[in-house]
Order: sequence, then structure tokens, then C-alpha cells
Amino acid sequence: MPTILDTDPRYEELDKYIDQVKEKKGMLIGVLHKAQEIFGYLPIEVQHHVAKKMKIPESTVYGVVTFYSFFTMKPRGKYQIKVCMGTACYVKGGQKLLERFREELGVQGDEPTEDGLFSIQEVRCLGACSMAPVVLIGERDFHGRVTPDMIPKIIDEYRKKEGKKK
Amino acid sequence: MSVKHTILICAGGACISSGEESVKSVLEEELKKNDLEDSVRVVQTGCMGSCNLGPIMIVYPEGVFYQKLKPQDAKKIVEEHLLKGKIVSSLLHRGPTGKVEPHAKEELPFFTEQVKIATRNLGLIDPFNINEYIANDGYFALEKVLKSSPEWVIEEIKKSGLRGRGGAGFPTGLKWEFTRKAPGDEKYVICNADEGDPGAFMDRSVLEGDPHSVIEGMEIAGYAIGSHHGYIYVRAEYPLAIERLNNAISQAKRYGLLGENILNTDFSFDIELRIGAGAFVCGEETALIQSVEGLRGQPVQKPPFPAQKGVWGKPTVINNVETLANIPVIINKGAEWFASIGTEKSKGTKVFALSGKINNAGLVEVPMGTTLRKIIFDIGGGIPNGKKFKAVQTGGPSGGCIPAEYLDTPVDYESLTKLGTIMGSGGMVVMDEDTCMVDVARYFLQFSADESCGKCTPCREGTRKMLEILDRIVEGKGKMEDLDMLEELALTIKDTALCGLGQTAPNPVLSTLKYFRDEYEAHIKEKRCPAKSCKALIAYQIDPNACVGCTACAKVCPVGAISGEVRKVHEIDQEKCIKCGSCYEVCKFDAVKKVDAVDLKLNIKNE
Repeated sequence: MPTILDTDPRYEELDKYIDQVKEKKGMLIGVLHKAQEIFGYLPIEVQHHVAKKMKIPESTVYGVVTFYSFFTMKPRGKYQIKVCMGTACYVKGGQKLLERFREELGVQGDEPTEDGLFSIQEVRCLGACSMAPVVLIGERDFHGRVTPDMIPKIIDEYRKKEGKKK
Repeated sequence: MSVKHTILICAGGACISSGEESVKSVLEEELKKNDLEDSVRVVQTGCMGSCNLGPIMIVYPEGVFYQKLKPQDAKKIVEEHLLKGKIVSSLLHRGPTGKVEPHAKEELPFFTEQVKIATRNLGLIDPFNINEYIANDGYFALEKVLKSSPEWVIEEIKKSGLRGRGGAGFPTGLKWEFTRKAPGDEKYVICNADEGDPGAFMDRSVLEGDPHSVIEGMEIAGYAIGSHHGYIYVRAEYPLAIERLNNAISQAKRYGLLGENILNTDFSFDIELRIGAGAFVCGEETALIQSVEGLRGQPVQKPPFPAQKGVWGKPTVINNVETLANIPVIINKGAEWFASIGTEKSKGTKVFALSGKINNAGLVEVPMGTTLRKIIFDIGGGIPNGKKFKAVQTGGPSGGCIPAEYLDTPVDYESLTKLGTIMGSGGMVVMDEDTCMVDVARYFLQFSADESCGKCTPCREGTRKMLEILDRIVEGKGKMEDLDMLEELALTIKDTALCGLGQTAPNPVLSTLKYFRDEYEAHIKEKRCPAKSCKALIAYQIDPNACVGCTACAKVCPVGAISGEVRKVHEIDQEKCIKCGSCYEVCKFDAVKKVDAVDLKLNIKNE
């Protein structure tokens, strides 16, 4: 299990954000969004830090983190492949896309691939039903009207992108 | 130099995902190259609604509608249309008969049959520019309201007959009146933008395409109930909506239309965004309140209703996005005008998000009382690939499926409830003969079971038990008694669950049991899936008379289950086949057939 040390400089960024919003009521979810943006996930150490800084019981923080599907306590791949499981996508074969992605990447659930590049997530309706079935990679890359045989090419695109960077 | 052309580019979600941004950047490049930057104005608008035609561009003053654009097409439009005044006919819409329709927006039934109130500005104005909203009567209603009494505003909304567009259809004016009359100095307005129903994207389009209309609606609500603070609770899945709302809020503040002493009156109102974190139940108002407070989004018992005890324990009005977007128009044009549209008990219009097996997928707004047939066939363009319409699903996981025999039903709150479904937020997912209704029911139940917050037993355990039964049926292991058990469970959950999610979760099962019982029975008695969709009950087979031996299927098969030589008939090894359907998709000769597994005398594989 990777741990994030107390001395991690990223805590400073988080603390700065918490100080900014501390006048407002009910900001726990907002703070957790920020924390996940900074750390990529919300391991127990980060939750403890948030609890202490916001003077909220650790149990409350843990309760919120585990309630909402957006928050994760496990690291995710650099590229999160979000396969839409909304009605329109489901009717148009979203399930098949999910199976093919898992097959191509050799993963079972939402764990990241060995190289840490990808992880697969089943998501709720992305509201792009007219393009069904859709896959969202990261926050912005929408792939519409995807068929299973397009998947190896899609994955390759991102692998290539990474290859270039290295 | 004066502006000679205005180009509207749709920047709705679907157009963006089909490449609108690169079309726009090529367009801008070309305008620069040809020195047209000053004489051509480019406006990025919200969703135009015809999502299947995206990316879309309309060139004014001619009003020429260009569709399905690729980046290089922008160059053609600049060179031909803008410079030479010639319409690029290859980029125009063609009707079903092949007729070219250069002014599709004025010609296609998809556009002409609509009546736009909540979506009035979508596809027309730049959502990033408050001036464009103001130019289209924006914030006029707020000004009018501030010169009147809160009681007048409430009376006007009551007279208009506006009902909540989020699903249940509670009269908006009445909700406001209850909240105004509730004791307490501190009150809140919440905009419910947690559009969670799968297959629904109306609210998203309004937030992205016309954020100011929602802000203005909230301010009017705030004035009417005596509140100075509003929250917009928006899903984290809608980053674009969040960006545009944030921009709109700060613009409105700069213009003195939001914040302290609005329009130099003593009315002050502030709006804060709250971002959800992926929990469907948060669309339920009491759960939403918990989430706004930063807690787990678990519903609480009603009464007390939010109008008495809402966020921070204070009286709170919660309205849906579309409801709020209607408010400014009602104030401007009057309650009588609004009430003259629609049916006796459901006034005004409703926005629907059409998706699934339909030609014109997209966003439509029609008067209440429009028939399903008109929405799906006249406006929606019917079912693609010559398939037969089977059912339309409304109301998401809380709704049900309506079969073909009720296509002539005028859509309003009452008529849909009578059919065993609900209006819901406005998602309409169309299903054709290839959709298995048992599997659809299972899909929605799985959704509700996953999203059940776990607080009350009927919903937490009941939906799970129903799901187990449905899982058995789609695998061909169901018994006839299962159907009685499903019904018993469904009715118990409906009566005893704590919140709306649980109380409505059985609807998809009840409505399919009512209209498509034969499909359930076919799965159970004959081990057949009539739609040939349930994996465990079908098999793929190659028709030797149709196969030309092109080898496409063998190449695409991920498990090497297909054998055969070039130009000779291929065969599928049923033992190896994982029924992924790749061969079926790839065959150009319709030689791969779906058959009932029972007919092949295959044992239904046990997992």
C-alpha cells in the first residue's frame, strides 16, 4: 500500500485551499474534491489530515469518502477510462465495450494496469446519449459511437502519447 | 468594417465530442487568412438540439444550416460561402427523400414542431456572454419582479400552472408559497442540477447553453420566498456546466444583477455552487440537502418538508433546472400566456432528451399534451435501420416502458402515471425489436440497487432480491413462481421505502411485467429471448447459404472460434464461442445469425 508522508509538500496546497473556504459551511465534499485532484486518490492518511485540519471527526470524513462513487481510496491509472453505463449506451452495447477494454488491458475491475497508465471505471450516464455508446478518457476526451473493434486503436493512441513523452 | 456574416457554432456536449473545437479552430484560422476576422462574427452557442447532426454551423444572414462538419469543411465554407457567396451543398442536410434542405432549422419538422420556452436561448446565444442573454430579454423579468410584491410573483407562478420539471410535478407556486409562509428569517433557494437519470441531458444542456436563465429564475424565487442565498447543486459529471455557471455568476455580479443591492434595490441575493460526487440518490431533495451540507447523501423522513426544514434546518425551496429556466418567461409574458399552452392539468412545455434507437437523437421541447407518436416519429424521425418500435422508456430508473399501442397518448403528468410510468425529468429512451424488455428491467433495477443508499431495508434488501430473480430469468433459470414473487416484492417496496428512489425503483419491473409479460414467460418457459439479446439464451450461427467466405468474422473473433477457408463457408465452434457478437457486427453479408440456443440443443452454460 503506498503511503503519503506527513512531510509531503502537496499538503501545503491542500491546506491553502482549506484556509480559503473555512468561512463557508458544509465544505467537506468540496475539500475532498480538491484533495483528490491533488493526490489522485484519498488514502486514509489524507483523510486524517483533512479531518484534523477541518476539525471534523475522522469517521465523518471516511463516511463521506466511502459514500460517494467519485471518491476513491485506491490509486487510479493515469488515464481513467470511463465506460458509460447509461441506458442509451447500455442499449447500444456499452457492456461489450467494458468487456473488451478489460480483455485488452488485462484487468478485472477498477485496478490500474501494471504500467499505471490505465484504469477502467463503469460510470453513470455521461449525458452524451445521442453519441451512444460513449467512452470518456480522462476529463475531456469523448469517444462516441464506439464499437469493440475500435478499442485497441484507442488504447494505442494513449500508449503512443506516453511513448513520445518518455 | 461592419459585420457581414454571423456564424453560430453549436458547442453543446454532443457537438463538442464530435469535434466542434477543431472545426472552430480551422474556421478561425481561415477567417484570419482571408482577412475576414472583422466582417464575420463567430458565436459558440449552447446545444441546438439536433445532436445526431453535429458538429453544426449556421451561417447568417442567409441562415444556411451546415451539418456533420469535419475540420476541413470549415475551409470550404469560408472559401465558397463567405468569399464567393455560394452555398456548399455537400454539407447541407438531406431529407429522407434525398432533398437538400439548406435552411434545415426552418424546414425540418425536428425544429419546426418544437415550442421553446425553457430552451429558448439554446443554440441562439453565446452562453459565455451576458450581453447576449440581456439582449434576448434576459434579466427583464427580475427587474419587473423587483418592482412588484413577492405575493404578486407567487400568485403569478401559481396562476401559470407551472409544475416541477424534475419528475414529481408538484405545483411550483404552491411550493414557493409554503416556503414564504414558513416561519424564520433565513431561507434558501436550491437549484437541483443533479440530473442523474440515465438517458437525461436536458438540464445539462440548459446549464451549458443558457446558465443565466437559471440564475435569473433562482433570484426571482429568492425574492418571492424572502431568501438571500442560493445553492446550485450540480453533478461532478458535468464539468462544462460548472465552468459556464461559474462564469455566468461572476458576470452577473459584475453587472449588479447578482449580489448586494441588485439593480439598486434593497434586494440582495448570492449564489454558491456545490459539486456532487457521484451519488444518484442526491437528486432526491432530502438527500440533496444533506449533500449540500457536505455530508453523506442519505434521505431523511418527510415531513418535515424542505419548505419547513431544509438546508441548515431552514425553510428551503428546491427547484429543478428546467423549472427555473421557465420562470423568467412566465414573468415576462404573463401567467395567462403560459397557461394557454399544454393540457388542463399540465401547463407549458416539456423538454425531452431523445436517445436510444431513434434517428434524430437530441433535445426537443414540445407543448404538454403532444403525443408520443409525434415526438418519436415526426420530430424524432422514427427508428433507424427499418426496425420496429417496441417501447419507449420515460422517467429513468423511476419510470417505466410504454409499448406501441399507447403511442397516441398525449404526454402529460397524469397520462404517463396512468400508464405506469412517470414524466420524470424528461429522458426518453427509445427501444426497438432488438431490445429485451426483461433485460431492460434488470438494467434499471441493477442501477437502483447499486445506488440505494442502504438506509432503509425495503430498498436495500428488496431491490437486491428482485435483481437476483431477474438475473436468474435472463440466464434462463427462472421459474414461473418468480413472477409472483417479483410482483409481491415490488409492491412492498413501493409502499414501504423511505424515499422516492426506493418507492419508484420497482416501476421498470412492474411496467414491463404489465406490457411485456410474454417476454418474461418466453425466458422462463421456453428458455428463449424473443429479442435475441440475452447472452445466455442465444447462440451465433453462420448461414451457409449467405456466407461468401470473406474471413472477416474469423479475423475479428477474439477467441478463435471461427474456422473456414477463404471463399468457403465458415463455421462457429459453439464450445469456444464467448458470444461477444463481434462476428455479427462485422459480417457484411448478414450471414451471421443470432439463434435461440435451445434450438441448437446447447446446454445453457452454467457460470
